[in-house]
Amino acid sequence: MKRSTSFMRSQRRAGVVAALVHRLSGLALTVFLPAHFLALGAALSGAKAFERFMNVTNNPVIKVLEVGLVTSLAVHLACGLRLLAIEFLNLHERTAVTIAICFAFALACGLLFLLNVQMGSVQVVPS
Amino acid sequence: MTGTELTVRIWRGQEDGEFQTYRLATRAAQTVLDVVTEIQRGQEPDLAYRYACRVGMCGSCAMTVNGAPRWTCRTRVSAVARKGILKLQPLRNLPVVKDLVVDMTTFFVKWQKAKGVFEPGSVPLADFAIVKPNSAERRAVDAGVECIGCGICYSACDVVAWDRDYLGPAALNRAWTLVNDVRDRGQTERLAAVAAVGGCHSCHTHMSCTRLCPKNLAPTYAIGGLKRASARAALKVTT
Amino acid sequence: MNSALFIAQRMTAVILAFAVAIHLVTIIYAAQHGLTAGHILQRTHGNLAFLALYSTFVIAAAIHGPIGLRNILREWLGWWGHRIDASLFAFALMLLALGLRAAYGVFVA
Repeated sequence: MKRSTSFMRSQRRAGVVAALVHRLSGLALTVFLPAHFLALGAALSGAKAFERFMNVTNNPVIKVLEVGLVTSLAVHLACGLRLLAIEFLNLHERTAVTIAICFAFALACGLLFLLNVQMGSVQVVPS
Repeated sequence: MTGTELTVRIWRGQEDGEFQTYRLATRAAQTVLDVVTEIQRGQEPDLAYRYACRVGMCGSCAMTVNGAPRWTCRTRVSAVARKGILKLQPLRNLPVVKDLVVDMTTFFVKWQKAKGVFEPGSVPLADFAIVKPNSAERRAVDAGVECIGCGICYSACDVVAWDRDYLGPAALNRAWTLVNDVRDRGQTERLAAVAAVGGCHSCHTHMSCTRLCPKNLAPTYAIGGLKRASARAALKVTT
Repeated sequence: MNSALFIAQRMTAVILAFAVAIHLVTIIYAAQHGLTAGHILQRTHGNLAFLALYSTFVIAAAIHGPIGLRNILREWLGWWGHRIDASLFAFALMLLALGLRAAYGVFVA
């Protein structure tokens, strides 16, 4: 058989996990961005068209994905700040602790969004 | 734990090969090097592996032990064997010569590519350079200069595994110690070398190198220093 | 070029740190207060501060994202070279165009 050179078991450590989460969240956000811009750009066609467009997002699957996006945004920010601190402020940190704080912050943002997001129809004119 | 049996799975072959299983009795304070040596002498005479000093000074005995690159002479079996099982493989990211022996050529070629070599310049200094031990530069050098080129960081690095152009933590760490060597006259070439494709910007701060270095060096921070230095150099060119 | 891309990505990261922080607060605030799309449009309409902030956000993101993507393509797919760079540049331009259009759209709606 061929020698395996993939992720070794010991590599499931804080720094590696953080780098992967940072990368995958960034990828998700980059892929999402064109759709986000297109959706918002629908506002150009007027309020009614925008309302119709946004009503597509009124289902549980999309809401779950939105929670994922908010969490991705928050985790990418937190891990990114850690990177900037290491690279430019020469921060020497307790890696596992710092990363745990980053993930906790991101989950908090996701939860705050999840617990408050509403499922009602999108109204352009508030009732 | 003396008296119980150790199961040792060892990679035999080259890039193509297989794990072979050996069994031997555990002994008190056994190191992985003890285990490999006992197997080679008593059970498998043509098992290929490296060691030299046996006391954690030369780095020759580095190999992958239960998934992590380590010095076998400084790794206690009791610390790493899970359920009495040891899995030994050659270092990752380097071509296999035979069994547990790898070809270190690329590792040292990249060292050269990173300009990890002191450059005295063409004109000798008139007098000894004065390097105060507490200067920021000397402290930066001290933090990284003890590297003995064992290859553990290079083997641990995922970016080295993903990108064959990446110079790797050891070469870049050495380059950083030279960037901070106030006597060196090759800084422009060195900063260009570490900022090229495969240079310091490819480091994504996984920190496996820093976590696993047996000399407690921190290539991650050395590479951070190179990022700052090369960014400064690039901005100076444009401003 | 690596230094230039690195600097661009880190500098836009700093800009995005502020923009994303504000954006996250806005998102959670909007969710907490049950703001509909209409409510939000009312607040963004004719709001020059909003337009300035989100245009900056868009420009920074259009630079930052593709550079990150470039690393992923190289390291995980082995795709690199002039054609890849050209495609990523085109992607960045697309993000810029769509993003500025969106910011403007929400400004005039």
